[in-house]
Amino acid sequence: MSGSVVDNTVSSGNSSVAIPTDISGQILDIDEDDDLEVFSKDTTLSDGSSLNASMQTSSASMINQYKFEEEEEDADTKDIFVTVDNPESHVTAIETYITYRVETKTTRSEFDSSEFEVRRRYQDFLWLKGRLEEAHPTLIVHPLPEKFVMKGMVERFNEDFIETRRSALHKFLNKIAEHPIFSSSEDFKIFLTAGSGELTSHKKQGPGFLSRMGETVKAVAAAVRGVRGRPQEFTDMQEYAEAFSQKISSIDKVTQRIVREQKEYLEELKECGPTYALWSQSEEELAEPLKNVAGCVDKCCKETEEQVKHLNDHLIPVLHEYVLCADTLKAVLRRRDNIQADFEVKTEALATKKADRDADSKVLSLAWDSLVGRSPEEVKQQKQQKLKGEIKEMRDELDKVEDRLEWANNALKSDWTRWQKGMRTDLRSAFNDTAERNVSYYEKCLAVWESFLQSQRTDAEGNGNVDFS
Amino acid sequence: MREREMQSRGTDMPTQERKLLLKKMEISVAEAEKRTGKNAVNMQETYTVYLIETRPVDAASEGTNPVPDSLWRRYSEFELLRNYLLVTYPFLVVPPLPEKRAEFVWHKLSADNMDPDFVERRRVGLENFLLRVASHPDLSSDKIFYSFLTEENGWKETVFETGFQAKADSRLKALNATFRVKNPDKRFAEMKHYGDELQSVISQLLRVRARAADRLYGVYKVHGNYGRVFSEWSAIEKEMGDGLQSAGHHMDAYAASVDDILEEEEHYADQLKEYLFYADALRAVCRKHELTQYELEMAAQDLTSKKQQREELATGTIRTFSLKGVTSKLFGQETPEQREAKLKMLETQIEEGEELVKERNAECEEFVKSAWVDIERFKEQKDHDLREALISYAIMQISMCKKGIQVWNNAKECFSKM
Repeated sequence: MSGSVVDNTVSSGNSSVAIPTDISGQILDIDEDDDLEVFSKDTTLSDGSSLNASMQTSSASMINQYKFEEEEEDADTKDIFVTVDNPESHVTAIETYITYRVETKTTRSEFDSSEFEVRRRYQDFLWLKGRLEEAHPTLIVHPLPEKFVMKGMVERFNEDFIETRRSALHKFLNKIAEHPIFSSSEDFKIFLTAGSGELTSHKKQGPGFLSRMGETVKAVAAAVRGVRGRPQEFTDMQEYAEAFSQKISSIDKVTQRIVREQKEYLEELKECGPTYALWSQSEEELAEPLKNVAGCVDKCCKETEEQVKHLNDHLIPVLHEYVLCADTLKAVLRRRDNIQADFEVKTEALATKKADRDADSKVLSLAWDSLVGRSPEEVKQQKQQKLKGEIKEMRDELDKVEDRLEWANNALKSDWTRWQKGMRTDLRSAFNDTAERNVSYYEKCLAVWESFLQSQRTDAEGNGNVDFS
Repeated sequence: MREREMQSRGTDMPTQERKLLLKKMEISVAEAEKRTGKNAVNMQETYTVYLIETRPVDAASEGTNPVPDSLWRRYSEFELLRNYLLVTYPFLVVPPLPEKRAEFVWHKLSADNMDPDFVERRRVGLENFLLRVASHPDLSSDKIFYSFLTEENGWKETVFETGFQAKADSRLKALNATFRVKNPDKRFAEMKHYGDELQSVISQLLRVRARAADRLYGVYKVHGNYGRVFSEWSAIEKEMGDGLQSAGHHMDAYAASVDDILEEEEHYADQLKEYLFYADALRAVCRKHELTQYELEMAAQDLTSKKQQREELATGTIRTFSLKGVTSKLFGQETPEQREAKLKMLETQIEEGEELVKERNAECEEFVKSAWVDIERFKEQKDHDLREALISYAIMQISMCKKGIQVWNNAKECFSKM
């Protein structure tokens, strides 16, 4: 494979797939029973023939699951279940790290068995994410929890941190499993099933460092130049991504602030109960109601503590995920832009070359070649031949890039819609849960104070005092 | 509500019912106004005056509804009245005035005396003070109190004419001096201790409450930011827009609701404050009792020593140390005439001393009797009032919870439509 175009990382075997030149109009319906092959970005076929010719006759099966919109999360049709749990710490001479149990239950035929259990560490998740992003630069990969906690390494092994991370990793894998394209990734399969030795050796495969470097250099060059003719819809997406990023970050910050204020409120409230209790010790008649109030305040404290914990454990992680998602959106759009920039550069280069060919070859070259002892006609012929060859190469290259661009655009558009749906579901559910939890919090506190009133009522009636108006 | 309360409590003491001014007269502090004028050192000052309205109870019940009598008083005049009552009835737990300066304030409330909220709460406190005095079995029949309510001009002069100021000054001096009672009355010592504890614990409670109120305010107000951001976010979303927007409104409502909640809590704080100051009044009674007892002990001690001197002079033995005794030992005894004169003087002093002791003893007994009756009355009132306060606190909390439930249920509905 040449290092110039390819950026997929599918391991040996299932690499060759054909791509129709015009994807935008065609959405192929695939029955779930069909053998779904991973749709790689490899636009060169193993036999090296050009794209157009091999369009209809790919040796490998082809899929094109672009019907993202209809992809509902049906429990009935879900055929793979992934769980991340059971963190364990491992101590070696050089480092300490945590591994998580990853359990897979599936009925998919491409899996050798129906149940798998492996242990994975954070690095492995990072690797998987990297592979998926490389294979599908314009698809939206759900973010991983962050590498380090700001406060310092010591926090890495804090119970809460581990639990938060575990939960995020679980979500990550499930998002992958739900994704029509990602879930059929070979890397994903290996991640779920391979023993640690097998995984390590698999990780070593894939495009070498140099080819990846080559890609990066080109990417930077394209990025620096910038894209010129970006379609409006992608500009719209860009604007949305910017705005969404701002809003979700704000909400994240507001929520964190609420948690902080609640915690400080809790600190003060914790002193109220004991003060009432202290007071009750100096009183006779009032001792009972004061003790009662002390108890009520303490109970409300507990409820407040629970409520804060819920915010911390449920709403904040989700918001955080989507802050990271916003960055992913921007990155995906950037990568799409880079592909388009690359296409534009190559288009220009081809045009320039063609202009060269059509222009008269003039003085300089003739002068030089006469020095070398060749006839002007010969030189001219040689030149024309050379140019013709170059142009053909460039056109082939350009066609590849054009297809790649079209591919990227369509993939992005579909995945964008899919992502938005997912975002809506996730955030709706998170806010809904929070609101519900808050209602429950107030209901519990209400019950506490009503029982106090009740006790005072029965007391009053017992003592003969009246007037509760 | 307070008036009715007081009146109903009055029915617990049927014999004193007739005495209660409140039974005859409706009293209220209806308004507050700012005035400017020249003060004692001829400088311009701004102060607040309060309108006291009174109306005979019968007239109102007859349905004629006459215009109430009214006059204006400022805070310093209330203070004067109270000081007069303190001096004149040292054995009574005199109802306290609302605080002079705003204390235990949480950040949103102003500590400024001119702040309208503070003035309003003070108005209520002053009315409360008058009602308390008017429903007290002893204080309500005081003439100075009555003229405070009814005679705008010349009241100050009337008060000073009673000469209470002199008594006040000497009392104050004595109270501020350190003295030790030989046989402290156990009951009063316990009461004083209780007063100390009550003051300490209510102060603590008020402090903690103020800090918690501050924090709670923060929690609610930050939710207002949700409102703003949700609204902005809804602008870029299609399907989610409506749900977000309306949820945002509810977040704004939630943030706004804390103002009412905390205002209600201020009333509860005021009720606690009243008893904080009552604790002080209670301690004052105990302290005055101590003084009374001390003075009795001093008089008794003095009498004893005089009697002893007489005995020595009469028998010739010197038991008590005196300079005269030493000098006479050194320089010779006195002449019989001198001794005779001395004895006579001592007799007179002893007679006077015995009178004094009798007087002071009676004073003390009277004090103890009256004080203890009032302390019992105070205890009952305190237990009743504070229990009511706790109940109203619970009712406030319930109301706050109900509001919370409503807002978050509404928000939940909006979220589910997102």
